[in-house]
Amino acid sequence: MTGVVRGSRLGEGLRAYRLIAGMWIRSAMTYRASFVVTVCGNLAVTGLDFVGILLMFSQVDALGGWRLPEIAFLYGLSVTAFGIADLVLGSMDVLGSRIRDGSFDTLLVRPAPVLAQIGADHFAVRRLGRITQGTVVLIWALASVDVDWSAAKVLLVPLMVLSGAVIFCAVFVAGAAFQIFAQDAAEVQNAFTYGGTTLLQYPPTVFGKDFVRGVTFMFPIAFVNWVPACYVLGRPYPLDLPEWAAFAPPLVAAVCCGLAGLAWRAGLGSYRSTGS
Amino acid sequence: MDVAVDETGDAVTDGAVDGAVDGAVDAFIELDRVEKVFDVRKKTGFLKRERRQVRAVDSISFTVARGEMVGYIGPNGAGKSTTIKMLTGILTPSGGRLRVAGIDPSRERTRLAHRIGVVFGQRTTLWWDLPLIDSYKLMHRMYRIPDARYRENLDRCVELLELGDLLDVPVRQLSLGQRMRGDIAAALLHDPEVLYLDEPTIGLDVISKAKVRGFLRELNTERGTTVLLTTHDLQDIEQLCSRVMVIDHGRLMYDGPLAGLHEVGESERTLVVDLERELPPIDAAPARVVRVEGPRQWLAFPASESAAALVARVAAEYPLVDLSVREPDIEAVIAKMYAGDAEAEKAVS
Ligand SMILES: Nc1ncnc2c1ncn2[C@@H]1O[C@H](COP(=O)(O)OP(=O)(O)OP(=O)(O)O)[C@@H](O)[C@H]1O
Ligand SMILES: [Mg+2]
Repeated sequence: MTGVVRGSRLGEGLRAYRLIAGMWIRSAMTYRASFVVTVCGNLAVTGLDFVGILLMFSQVDALGGWRLPEIAFLYGLSVTAFGIADLVLGSMDVLGSRIRDGSFDTLLVRPAPVLAQIGADHFAVRRLGRITQGTVVLIWALASVDVDWSAAKVLLVPLMVLSGAVIFCAVFVAGAAFQIFAQDAAEVQNAFTYGGTTLLQYPPTVFGKDFVRGVTFMFPIAFVNWVPACYVLGRPYPLDLPEWAAFAPPLVAAVCCGLAGLAWRAGLGSYRSTGS
Repeated sequence: MDVAVDETGDAVTDGAVDGAVDGAVDAFIELDRVEKVFDVRKKTGFLKRERRQVRAVDSISFTVARGEMVGYIGPNGAGKSTTIKMLTGILTPSGGRLRVAGIDPSRERTRLAHRIGVVFGQRTTLWWDLPLIDSYKLMHRMYRIPDARYRENLDRCVELLELGDLLDVPVRQLSLGQRMRGDIAAALLHDPEVLYLDEPTIGLDVISKAKVRGFLRELNTERGTTVLLTTHDLQDIEQLCSRVMVIDHGRLMYDGPLAGLHEVGESERTLVVDLERELPPIDAAPARVVRVEGPRQWLAFPASESAAALVARVAAEYPLVDLSVREPDIEAVIAKMYAGDAEAEKAVS
């Protein structure tokens, strides 16, 4: 019974998301020239990111014992996963301003789940740029790494991207819930997610062991690529983890979703609107 | 013996429950000692914060029957918007019981959303960069309004609110009055049973106000839509609402017909007399002279007293040229009521 209700709620949410995202795309289209400019600009900026890594590699031969295709593998995974999450829920930080200017109230009187409405808020196609860039790098890396591809390893790659995207989505939602509590926490949230991707572009051996342990257990974000990537690349992971840990990403993602869902409910329950 | 007592107890309980259910049938909106308390934290220094509680709504009870049109007025900060936010499920009450159409708004907000329409005068729900019609199309799909119903409702709103020429104009290019009319239409496409309007005439000119009022009156009489509106423009109330509720400091001060406010507010009418020449202030208690300007004098007398007796007395004793009676100004009555409340509060503390 509750399963049916929950299922229909998910359906309602997706439907509302599609409707609202469509409205934002149409809104963006009304300024066609600036639309094209931002898409190009976005591609250029994310491209430069990768050039930075390439330059660094031309100086050092390897980073923490990892070679360029392997770094590119990490980079492609995390950027693609983040890009998907950013496309889907990337505007959660406008929630803060919606709460401050009171327009959040108007979303609450609609017959659609608020999370879907706020997730689709300011939906922007230009965020496809990051996904494209990540995917290109990932494909190049997959073609260049020296790996014995087993069925499990092949399956693990899309699983990593999807789980990673879901984990980042959960971080976005938890951050949004936190914004309702502490009405201008958009900065904190950005430090988490954007800081997170920058970190994941480097192999784990660059960082100290305690730090890696902290990241692995405290921030399951490490599961986005470090743990499973070590398995795929056939490299020893700096910590003693059982081999099945490489297949944990979907599990970690599910747990993150559950926690984020609880946080969101609590946040929404504490909403107090504005005085005007 | 014990059994008998239990039975009586049950009978009493049953009776009480039945009564409550009967009440719920015709009471569409029901508030029972509803409260909303905000915890406000004020910065009083570096890292120092002072906590304070604001009782925005303080134990308010009222019921509104289906099809009523009620004005909800009060000074700034009285708690009007807070009440509306609780009625729509945006805010959860801190205490008391609240039902709209039998639904607890904060617990079943999304379900209730299909049955209510909301207009916030201060903010729009329309899509800024898109033509007005696009916002309506979104409502159509989001509320799953049957096609025929949607077209019928839209046509009606377009006709009565004169939106015909505006449908293809981007919302950002609309004037305030046009946008407000657009917002009201957007809130009504899904046939809500109740419409809440928080300051729907704020900032509108006389003509726009007249259009909005005419539309709301039509909506209420033709469709039987229940309407609850807050406003600072008492003409809205005078022209639309048979019932008015006055709230101040979160408490309900008055609930009844507009005319009844005069009695509660001890309002006064004014007799303006033009005498042949300048004379000392007229002596005609209980009327008292409140102003003298050359040969013209203003006499205030209780609204409940007959004007005829007073006029006869003045005409008999003084050389009258002309006279007129001014009805009490409802605004003055309410201002007096607010002021009285503030004084009462001072006296208590
Ligand atoms: N989100 C909030 N946080 C803290 N205090 C609030 C909040 N919302 C309202 N208040 C306080 O509650 C009281 C009632 O506010 P409310 O907005 O309901 O008044 P109002 O009757 O709508 O006034 P106005 O005529 O100015 O719109 C005010 O003292 C206000 O400062
Ligand atoms: Mg208000």
